[in-house]
Amino acid sequence: MINESRRGFMGKAFGAVAAVGAVGSLVAMKKTWDPLPSVMAAGFTTVDVSKLSDNKLEIAKWQGKPIFLLRFAADMPAVEKRSVKVGEHYYSIMIGLCTHLGCIPAYRDATHDFKCACHGGEFTAAGVHTFGPPPRPLDIPPFSIKDENTIVLGEAGPEYKALIASLSTDSNIA
Amino acid sequence: MFAIIVGLVVAVILIVLNIVLSRISFVPKEIRILSIVVIMVSYIYWGFEPFAHHEMHPHVAEATYAFDGKADIEALEEAGKDIADAEIFWSSVAKVAQHQGNAQAGKELVIANCTGCHSMTHAGFPQIMSDADSIASYGVTPPDLSLSGKIYDRNYLIAFISNPVKAMHIEHKYPVGGEKVFPMPASDWMQPQEIADMVAFLADSASAVPAPVLKEGATEVEISKAANKEVFEAACVRCHSMDYAGITARTSGEDMNKYIGAIPPDLSQHIRSRGDEYLHNFINDPQRKLPGTGMPRVGLTKDAEMQVVEYMTQIGDSKKAQREELGPKILIYLAILAVFALLWKRQIWKDLH
Amino acid sequence: MAEFEKANSVGEWFDQRLNTSGFWRVMMTEYWIPKNINFLWAMGALLAMMFTLLLVTGIFLLMYYKPDVNMAFDSVNYTIMQEVAYGWLFRNIHGVGASVVFLIIYIHMFTGIYYGSYKKGREMIWLSGMLLFVTFSAEGFSGYMLPWGQMSYWAAYVITEIFGGIPFIGDELVIWIRGNFYVSDATLTRFFMLHVLLIPMAILGAIVFHFYTLRFPHVNNEEGEFFDYKEESEKYLKGDKAHSKVIAFWPDFLSKDFMVITIFMIFFFYLVFYNNDFAMDPVNFDKADGMKTPAHIYPEWYFLWSYEVLRGFFFDIAGISGKSLGLMAFGFAQAIFMLLPWLDRSPMVKPANQRPIFKYWFWFLMADLFILTIFGKLPPTGANAWVGFASSVTFLVLFIALPFLTKIEAKIAGGK
Repeated sequence: MINESRRGFMGKAFGAVAAVGAVGSLVAMKKTWDPLPSVMAAGFTTVDVSKLSDNKLEIAKWQGKPIFLLRFAADMPAVEKRSVKVGEHYYSIMIGLCTHLGCIPAYRDATHDFKCACHGGEFTAAGVHTFGPPPRPLDIPPFSIKDENTIVLGEAGPEYKALIASLSTDSNIA
Repeated sequence: MFAIIVGLVVAVILIVLNIVLSRISFVPKEIRILSIVVIMVSYIYWGFEPFAHHEMHPHVAEATYAFDGKADIEALEEAGKDIADAEIFWSSVAKVAQHQGNAQAGKELVIANCTGCHSMTHAGFPQIMSDADSIASYGVTPPDLSLSGKIYDRNYLIAFISNPVKAMHIEHKYPVGGEKVFPMPASDWMQPQEIADMVAFLADSASAVPAPVLKEGATEVEISKAANKEVFEAACVRCHSMDYAGITARTSGEDMNKYIGAIPPDLSQHIRSRGDEYLHNFINDPQRKLPGTGMPRVGLTKDAEMQVVEYMTQIGDSKKAQREELGPKILIYLAILAVFALLWKRQIWKDLH
Repeated sequence: MAEFEKANSVGEWFDQRLNTSGFWRVMMTEYWIPKNINFLWAMGALLAMMFTLLLVTGIFLLMYYKPDVNMAFDSVNYTIMQEVAYGWLFRNIHGVGASVVFLIIYIHMFTGIYYGSYKKGREMIWLSGMLLFVTFSAEGFSGYMLPWGQMSYWAAYVITEIFGGIPFIGDELVIWIRGNFYVSDATLTRFFMLHVLLIPMAILGAIVFHFYTLRFPHVNNEEGEFFDYKEESEKYLKGDKAHSKVIAFWPDFLSKDFMVITIFMIFFFYLVFYNNDFAMDPVNFDKADGMKTPAHIYPEWYFLWSYEVLRGFFFDIAGISGKSLGLMAFGFAQAIFMLLPWLDRSPMVKPANQRPIFKYWFWFLMADLFILTIFGKLPPTGANAWVGFASSVTFLVLFIALPFLTKIEAKIAGGK
């Protein structure tokens, strides 16, 4: 009897130790699938906004994502909590991926809005969703304003932090 | 709305058909089941292929090779825009076209007006500026005119010399009085006879260009490929590359981006990605198929356009001939195999019934 | 070990060592299949044939394919399609085969639903079949990325983005799956590994398991009839094949399968040679460009119905965002078919058309799936969006109503 239960106990103990090894291996495997450090560190994109012209969309690339840069023309009103003032002009700085499923909306300069070809979502020039499946406005990437012509994407400057803070206190947008 | 009605009506018909089919007892059961399966599969296929294409890619007017402006005027009318300007232009083109050109006189005019910028190597006018210098001055390399009298339509050339922007159907990019000006000036101040003479000279000298020289014993395919390539290079390669044929565009993508605001795509696989019907309609008048595109109407004759598309097939779908040759053989073999399978099954199942 | 006698033939030599004759008898000549079946019962063998075709052509494509974002497109469209002898044929068979295999899977699946082949005793057949459907779907999705065309890229982008809707871990999960912030080289190589090694191994295992699950409950027949296999097989072995209700797997059943397969191959190779655009989308002959979405993005036809369920909910309901609702409906649609044996509460094992209520449910479901498939490809604007919504809701309602409908049916059947 003693032998029997001892065998049972040793069997369970062996199983437990093996399970620890298996879990450890799974953790290692999960990490193998993680993005590489070089990818995670993928840095910053500097944009010269002096090259932009009114109501004409420019697309920069940051972390493999398209970034919409749109300088507002005089007849396009700035939108509180979304438009960014750099130097003389107001701009939209947004991640150019539809918040529905990540397609790139096209800008229609005649109507001052974005239209996503995938599922028909529409956004204003400031990136606020007005029609279709997108659940929220276009995301704003971390940015900082260096001088009146230069912004850096990927770096959270005071203007960006202020923008995000104002968003989180606003229940209408969140 | 149309789509919904069609979809629903067909679904109802389908269900009724299935119920009817399952009750026709004089038809063997397996045939009835097979026809239900075939009907349902065909319906699905119709829905996600021909029907979806019909909905997503609206039909456009067939390609026309007259280059008489009729299609442009119709499009303007449809859009509710003013047609007076276009009508005046195209009727003046028609007037020029009535004149019989004199190639000898045309030669003098071409020397005076064209060869300052354009080369015409086969007629003895070499390129004066390097490609890089041309790009710096005009934003783009001016085309060589050696083959222009052959690959471009006569009407189109007349229209082009008179007013390049209107001929190319890119008025939206170069509006009258706009910031940007097309590098080649309009010559609508010239006498109709003079324009006709120049076009006559272009045609004459193009017909004198010798066929591409090939090695002894070249096959029929090689000969046609070389001839097609010559047209393709003259018509497309200023802007487009064709990687799979080792052809690089004369103007780099970066320079093209400055010039037209887009990088012209590599054409290696366009025969597969666009298909020949689309290519014909598109080349004939890009604005009609893709409004706002940077590509101008180039005015290829029907023959030249056929050669361009055939060349794209020879490069981009080079195994087409082999595929079409092998297809019937494999299908015939499979039919024979199926007959044997049928006979064998009959023999085995004879005892089972 | 007993002493072996000298074998008189090669066959006997192997028989002594491997019991080949016994194995052949158990697996082939005395593996009993009901006689009362039609050609729809050949879809299983046809699927085995299609899988073999995909495996063999895949091996040849592997010889020249390069899983690298800079080389993948040209290795497929130039090296394989233009240079390698018959490379174009292997690719066309592989591409068209991947599409057609789903057609056969769906026929196989709906045959099972129509004839009630998932019912009591046959649950494991149904579940292992659904496991194959899931693994084939993963195989199809991972393989579609490899040519690295525009559709490869954007389908991968949109589908991996779906995981972003999972609460809390969504955003990180998407990056973890892709190995980058966007679909990139790391994504391509890991999907390559999945497509050529891990998933095919899983499929092979699942196929063996699926065959095994058929062994004890036996294959269903056209009338859902239960009978004594022992008695019927004895009748067959005594020579009274005509009156036995069973046939042998070999040669009886397989001879019919081969007939169906060869006839089907005529149709299949017609598609391979003359009509392959439906499986090899023209848009995918444009090289992947992460900065430019194609005008229309849609999955391959066999995913359209569930894709339409995903995007059918395009507006918020009761404070839940349209995106979350779509995601929930999508998850429901993926899982619900698995539960079919338990949702159908009616004990009747009969073809759908002989069941008083289920027949309406079945044909309603078919019509709804057709509409979902067709509208799943169209741009979801205006009225199309509402058809998508209505047919998505119909899909959910059909499955939620099934237990109640079949319960009523059970009462009707019991009362007779």
